[in-house]
Amino acid sequence: MLPTDPMKKLSFKRHISDGDLVIVYEKHDNMKAVKVSEKSVLENRFGVFKHSDWIGKPFGCKVCSHKGGFVYLLAPTPELWTLVLSHRTQILYIADISFVVMYLELIPGCVVLESGTGSGSLTTSLARAIAPTGHVYTFDFHEQRAIAAREDFEKTGLSDLVSVGVRDIQGEGFPKDLIGRADAVFLDLPQPWLAIPSAGEMLKEDGVLCSFSPCIEQVQRSSETLASNSFTDIRTFEVLLRTYEVREAKMDQCQTQTEEGTPGARPFKRKQRASEASHWQADNSGSPMVMARPSGEAKGHTGYLTFARLKCIA
Amino acid sequence: MSAVEQEDNSNQNRRITWEGCSVLLDINDGDRLVFSRLTAGSIVKIGNKNYPLRPLIGCPFGSLFQVENGANGPSLARIISTAADNNAEDKKECDIKEESRDNRALIDNNTAQTLTGEDIEGMRRQGASGNAIVEALIANSATFENKTSFSQEKYRLKKQKKYAPKVLLRRPFARSICDTYFKKYPARIGFLRVDTLSLLLSFANVSAHSDVLVVDMIGGLITGAVAERLGGTGYVCNTYRGDSPYSIEIVRIFNFNDEINKRIVRLSLDELSNNGDWKEDEMMLQSANDSNVDNPSSNQSDVVLESLSLEVGSMEESVASKVYKAVKPGEKAPQDAIKSWKENGFSSLIIAAPDVDAWSIVKEVLPFLSFSAPFVIYHQYLQPLATCMHNLQVEKMAIGLQITEPWLREYQVLPSRTHPHMQMSACGGYILSGTKICNEKSTTTTQ
Repeated sequence: MLPTDPMKKLSFKRHISDGDLVIVYEKHDNMKAVKVSEKSVLENRFGVFKHSDWIGKPFGCKVCSHKGGFVYLLAPTPELWTLVLSHRTQILYIADISFVVMYLELIPGCVVLESGTGSGSLTTSLARAIAPTGHVYTFDFHEQRAIAAREDFEKTGLSDLVSVGVRDIQGEGFPKDLIGRADAVFLDLPQPWLAIPSAGEMLKEDGVLCSFSPCIEQVQRSSETLASNSFTDIRTFEVLLRTYEVREAKMDQCQTQTEEGTPGARPFKRKQRASEASHWQADNSGSPMVMARPSGEAKGHTGYLTFARLKCIA
Repeated sequence: MSAVEQEDNSNQNRRITWEGCSVLLDINDGDRLVFSRLTAGSIVKIGNKNYPLRPLIGCPFGSLFQVENGANGPSLARIISTAADNNAEDKKECDIKEESRDNRALIDNNTAQTLTGEDIEGMRRQGASGNAIVEALIANSATFENKTSFSQEKYRLKKQKKYAPKVLLRRPFARSICDTYFKKYPARIGFLRVDTLSLLLSFANVSAHSDVLVVDMIGGLITGAVAERLGGTGYVCNTYRGDSPYSIEIVRIFNFNDEINKRIVRLSLDELSNNGDWKEDEMMLQSANDSNVDNPSSNQSDVVLESLSLEVGSMEESVASKVYKAVKPGEKAPQDAIKSWKENGFSSLIIAAPDVDAWSIVKEVLPFLSFSAPFVIYHQYLQPLATCMHNLQVEKMAIGLQITEPWLREYQVLPSRTHPHMQMSACGGYILSGTKICNEKSTTTTQ
């Protein structure tokens, strides 16, 4: 997924080859990750697609099924991966992910610790930010989940950047060999305050910690624990995204027969005239207009993001 | 110094300041933010006094300083906090949980404080520390004891800010730079909020080894933020219409080393669109011409950076020029890179052009992207993006098109007093994102 090997990067017009991971795009809300295998086929409502037809085509191309239906084949990115990965847990989405990566000040070469791994949605973006020389150490207390995550990172080609450990961070803390090595720590745990003292030991001075919690009571308790564990600059945010629908339409013009082409006329005047002589006219002479409005439904809450910085005591 | 820290100093992620490094000074907990450069002669003005920044050189980022008025004039001294202090502070916070006092007896008649301005000036002359003055003010306040502990804390903080200001030494990172500009000069960065910037970097899949095409007309903030994520690999190429590249003065606030600066390049749209093969002598001619008009942005940037640091006083020219003898960001893109981009396309695109119609830029620059490359356009207004999205759909140039608007709210979290901040930014701008597709115009559409 990431161009850790400069020769394989997207801008070198990679063509799809056997064994590649592709994102099959039907609609913006209907995508699927597929491992290309020469003898394999993909079946969906548009028909049967032979993988062998895909090999050699560029990423971003349109491919057809036996019935003539089509899908697009995209190169995987962490954003697309977040939309297609199998949910073993509740996952973080792009708004929270982006803000976390930015606030943790992650750049190539950084070492970042994460717990829990969950479905690996954030992990993928953490890996992108610290590649090619940094490392993500991610921990989950659930063994099956850790194994599944490891398989996913293998599939997306991130295994060199990510180490998945099975460990109860709330109970045991982070491993001692990581003490003082972390540029940043991310916690997504039910009782983050239990892990905060250990996180403080792992961080370099001035390193940043982020704790993601859905409930304000968790935030309350975490913030108190952070303040008593040499953290400063403790700030809590909520970040959401509103999406917009865009549509082109012709609108009826507001004109009367007595009044010719004076759209600038004062509204009260128009109203008066309309009652006497005319009505709103369906008028096709107006040019179509592109309009946008917020989508009807949106995520109203994901979680609170609490950030803090380890004090410089030295 | 530990091995870990030494390792840090060799790469970009330096955690200790050095002479000539760019810093962000956070005075009194975000009340005032000042970009500055640490040199032997640079200063910061707090209240009516100038404080030399020299003591900040060689300190870790994140260090806290307090003002002192010693025999050698005003100076900044590092506060070394101890674990004991932390616990004391924590204790204070917890005590506030139960509160029985209130302000029913408070009469606002300006007689509560018995210490006069002259008294305070006298204490100062005798060399009293800022903290001592704050304590004296509290001791001489008739109403302090009757205040709730919460407002006692507020009072103390207010006096501390005035008489014992604190300076926090912060790293100029994309986040802190964007935050500071958004607070101080939002128009210069096209009203781009930090969460919006973070989304642009995600949507454009910015990662090491990528070749990112940008149209950055917001002072170089996008260019700098992308370069930070590239870490000295790949390229961020700032393209422009006409003869002069857009100013990227903000890039100078980041502490980029030569490796990273080398990866920040510019190329005019004309040169990018030029389809002919490049002959060797033409190239020579081209670069000769270029060096004449070389980087008008850098001239401009001196002005802007200086105006930024006006509060700080004038910069030491000699030291500044010594620092910039290194590789300058924003040189013309090297020929091998241009050749590769023409053959293979860029891996992603970010546009932030407040004054140019989004669609007219996109239709010109989208052809330079690889197939399947993500792109993202920022604008502070919704309508230009709506029109652009519609046109991209009609022309079938991209899929996964989406307009999003981020929303960011901060919370005050205190025992029994947690609530959202009373004031918040109501608009962080709009984002149009999508993925370029390989579109054979002739094929019929069935879906």
